[in-house]
Amino acid sequence: MVEFRNVNKWFGKLHVLKDIDLRIERGEVVVVCGPSGSGKSTLIRCVNGLEAIQSGEIAVDGKRLSDPGLDLRALRAETGFVFQQFNLYPHLSAMENIVLAPMKVRRLSREAAEKRAAELLARVGIPDKADAFPANLSGGQQQRVAIARALAMQPKIMLFDEPTSALDPEMIGEVLDTMTDLARDGMTMIVVTHEMGFARRVASRVVFMDEGRIVEDTKPEAFFAAPQSERAQQFLSKILTR
Amino acid sequence: MTYQFDWSVLLSAQARQWLLQGVATTLAISALAWLIALALGILAGALRSLKFAPLRMVAAAYVEFFRNVPLLVWMFFWYFAVPPLLPQPVQDWLYDHGAEFAAGTAALGVYHGARFSEMIRAGIQAIPKTQLEAALSTGLSTAQAFRLVILPIALRLIVPPLTNETLNLLKNSSVALTIGVAELTFQTRQIETYTARAFEALTAGTLIYLILCLTIARVMARVERRFAIPGMVGSVETEH
Repeated sequence: MVEFRNVNKWFGKLHVLKDIDLRIERGEVVVVCGPSGSGKSTLIRCVNGLEAIQSGEIAVDGKRLSDPGLDLRALRAETGFVFQQFNLYPHLSAMENIVLAPMKVRRLSREAAEKRAAELLARVGIPDKADAFPANLSGGQQQRVAIARALAMQPKIMLFDEPTSALDPEMIGEVLDTMTDLARDGMTMIVVTHEMGFARRVASRVVFMDEGRIVEDTKPEAFFAAPQSERAQQFLSKILTR
Repeated sequence: MTYQFDWSVLLSAQARQWLLQGVATTLAISALAWLIALALGILAGALRSLKFAPLRMVAAAYVEFFRNVPLLVWMFFWYFAVPPLLPQPVQDWLYDHGAEFAAGTAALGVYHGARFSEMIRAGIQAIPKTQLEAALSTGLSTAQAFRLVILPIALRLIVPPLTNETLNLLKNSSVALTIGVAELTFQTRQIETYTARAFEALTAGTLIYLILCLTIARVMARVERRFAIPGMVGSVETEH
């Protein structure tokens, strides 16, 4: 579904992704973790072309991102992206946030788009918030609207960039529950997160990054029971004993 | 020395007609120029926010070129210098149909468009970059993302400075008298010339400008409240 082959990326002189090789199959839920600055957000931002790479190859659903004939908009439409800061459109209601892209990109009728949006709001547990504006929703509710907005495009894969890092502790659970449901329904997901409980319960694989490299790529049981690298051991001991 | 006030000069049929025509012309030139300025301002402001450098430079050149030359010079330029460059039939048509008005509108519009664009650019820059990324991530084109997301937010954010600049535009329309547009200032000068009543005539003009500006400010304040983004500047309702 997603394939990185020997990918390298620099921000100026800073080498942020180093020789990344990664293959993610349909239906997998891959948690990417690692210390800040390890390149994990950059990694998933490359998948839908928010960041460009300087060498190597990325393919999503068989389409190479470097292909000059690539329809990047179509690829993005099939790739849901959820941001740390939600990034809902503040001037639009929850409903309008969700129906915008289906109507403008997929050319759905308003009726069809709203029907789908209402179903999605119910699915993420806030069916009564259709008319609320982002500012009048809690952080957890905003993030769930953002997830519904991404799902409204019926993506083949969902990318989450630290979706719970900007949330109050008591709101983290509701967002993780939504994501867990999504994973159970068979969605292919790449999740950058520090929520190790989520990784343990839901992930099919854990990818640990450090200084731009993938240091470990293994099953969650193996990762948590016996991390191979010293760096992962240090990371886990810090994050799990908080 | 005693100056005898004679306000009745303003009440003659001729004076009232001049003033009314003046107000109508001022409003017409200002409204048209405002539309031109807003369109150019949005276009240049949006282009200056793009990653693509050539478009950014074109927009920057427009802004620097037009805002750094005095409005008066632009008035002369559009009235005396531009028409001879046009094809003869267009020239003839223009001179038959009020070239002064057209030149004045163009000068006022492009001059304030450059200034509008700076505000619109500031409004766009106040929006986090990830907002645009979020729109693009759903498959919207850059143009759609600007039209449907970025500009609607930016325009709402800049209503207060936009009001200010709109008032400047209205007041600057008086410069058009220098190329013979019979707007409000032109007409008050005309009353003064005919009656030798400078104080009365200019007081009338002053008051009319004041009323026009206060009215626009009130309308814009309504617009601001009506389109306020919940939870942001200008909105009444901020409770969660």
